[in-house]
Amino acid sequence: MPLRTPLYDSHLAAGAKMVDFSGWEMPIHYGSQIEEHHAVRRDAGMFDVSHMCALDLAGPDARAYLRHLLANDVAKLVTPGKALYSCMLNRAGGVIDDLIVYYFSPEHYRVVVNAGTTDKDVAWMRAQLSGVDGGFNATVMVRRKGSEDAVTLIALQGPNAHERRSTGVDAVAMIAVQGPHARERFWTAFPDSRAATEKLENFQAAEFASTQGNWLVARTGYTGEDGFEITVPAEAAAEVWQALLAAGVKPCGLGARDTLRLEAGMNLYGQDMDESISPYEAGLKWTVDLKDPARDFIGKSALIGDSARHLHNEFAGLLLLDRGVLRAHQKVITPLGSGETTSGSFSPTLNQSIALARLPVGVAIGSEVEVEIRDKLLKARVVKPTFVRNGKPLI
Amino acid sequence: MNSSAKPASNLKYAASHEWARLDADGTITIGITDHAQEALGDIVFLELPAVGRVVKAGEECAVVESVKAASDIYSPVSGEVVDINQAAADAPESVNADAYATWLFRIKPATADQCATEMAGLLGADAYAATL
Repeated sequence: MPLRTPLYDSHLAAGAKMVDFSGWEMPIHYGSQIEEHHAVRRDAGMFDVSHMCALDLAGPDARAYLRHLLANDVAKLVTPGKALYSCMLNRAGGVIDDLIVYYFSPEHYRVVVNAGTTDKDVAWMRAQLSGVDGGFNATVMVRRKGSEDAVTLIALQGPNAHERRSTGVDAVAMIAVQGPHARERFWTAFPDSRAATEKLENFQAAEFASTQGNWLVARTGYTGEDGFEITVPAEAAAEVWQALLAAGVKPCGLGARDTLRLEAGMNLYGQDMDESISPYEAGLKWTVDLKDPARDFIGKSALIGDSARHLHNEFAGLLLLDRGVLRAHQKVITPLGSGETTSGSFSPTLNQSIALARLPVGVAIGSEVEVEIRDKLLKARVVKPTFVRNGKPLI
Repeated sequence: MNSSAKPASNLKYAASHEWARLDADGTITIGITDHAQEALGDIVFLELPAVGRVVKAGEECAVVESVKAASDIYSPVSGEVVDINQAAADAPESVNADAYATWLFRIKPATADQCATEMAGLLGADAYAATL
C-alpha cells in the first residue's frame, strides 16, 4: 500500500497524474510539466512536500548533539527561526542525507529530511544520541502522520461523541509556494500572516498562529526562486491548499520540481549524491564548516584526510551544444579523463538540455567536452552548475 | 489533451505504441500513439532515422525524448526510410498536440507481400485500445 500525504485528495481534484516516489503516491504533473515549470519561474506555483519528513529535536543537549551530527555548524544559528542547509555524513565522509535545520532555541530545533531516507535517517540520528561521552540528552520526534510519535485522532462513538487525542506531537503537512509572486499570493490567501512573515530573510522562518493552528512559514525552497515553505497541521492542509489555489497559485508536480532544482544547480539526494559521495564531490564544500577546530562532527576526519575522493572529482554543470537531451549516468569525455552526468534533462527556461556532472578535477569552466548519448558523441560546454536563478539565465 | 485521443480506425498499431498507415503510393507512414505521448509527457526532442536507412520490422530506428525520459521507437515494418518529418523534429511538442496527425518517418517496403504480412500482424484500433 503506497503512502499518501494529507493532500492526496486535493491532488486528484486538481487532475494530477500520480506516480510512486520513494513509496509515496505523489503528483508528477497536473497536465503539463513545462507549464508548471514556467509558472514557478514567472509567477507562483505550489508543491506538496509532505512526503519529506519534519523531525523535532529537543532537549538540553540539542545544540551540542547537532554540532556533532551535522557537517554544517548550527552554532551559526542565533536568531530564532533561522535555518541552515547541511549534509549529515557517515564516518567515511559520505552523505547519509542533505537536510534543512531550523533553530527555535538551543534546546529545540526542527530538521526536515528527504522522503526516501527518513527511516535510515531517524535510525542513524537516534543511534548517535548515545554517541560520545555518555551521550546527549535530547529526543528525535517524527512529526508525520502515521508515525509512532505523532498524535492520532480517535473518534469516540455515542451521544456525547467527541475526539480524543492520543499523546505525542502533532503531525504536519508541508507546502512549498515558489515563484516571483509566491509571497504576494500567499498573503492574498492569508492576509493575517503578512505581519509575521513579510520581514523574513532568506533561510529564516517564523511561527504564525492561524485560525487552523500554528504554522511555520519559512523563506526557503528548492527551485531557485523566492517563496515560502509552510508547515501546517495535517488536518488543515487541504484547506490551506484550496486557499492558495483560489489566490492563483498553480499546483506543480515532482516533474517540474526536478527541472527547477536542476536549473538552480541543486543536488537531488539519491541521484546526484549518496553515501559513497562526499559533499566536496557534490559541490557542497560551502556547507562543510571547519572553522571551529574543537568541533568534531561525524565524517570530519575522513573529509580532511589525504585519501578523500574529492581530490579526483569535482561537481560541474553541462550545457548541451548539440541537439539532444542529457540524462543521468552518461559518460563525459574530457581531456583529463572521463566523468559522468548525475542528473540531466531539458531546461524549459534555457530551451536547451543541461546536466549536473562529476568531472575530473581541473576541467575548466567554459571548456568543451563530449557526452556519449547512445552511439553518438555530442558536444557540451562545462559551466558553473547554477543555470537559472530568480527567473534569469546565468549562463 | 486533443480531439483525436482515441486510436483511429484507419491505422494499425504495434504493441510498442507506434501507429502505421498504408498510403496510396504503397509507402507506410509511422508515428506514435496518443497513449504514448500522454505517458511520455512534454516531448522536447525527436531523433529521426537517416533517409536511406534500411530497417527490419521491430528494429529501433528513432528516439522520442520528453522532459521525463527517452523512449525508443521501433519500425513496425521492414523497408527503406524514404522521408522524415523535419517539421515535427523542429517542433517536437506537435506530437503532444496531435499524435495521429504528426507522423515521424515513412518506409518504402522491400516487397509488397512482406509488408502485407507485417501489417496484418499489427493490431486494429479496438485490439490496441484493449491493451491499454
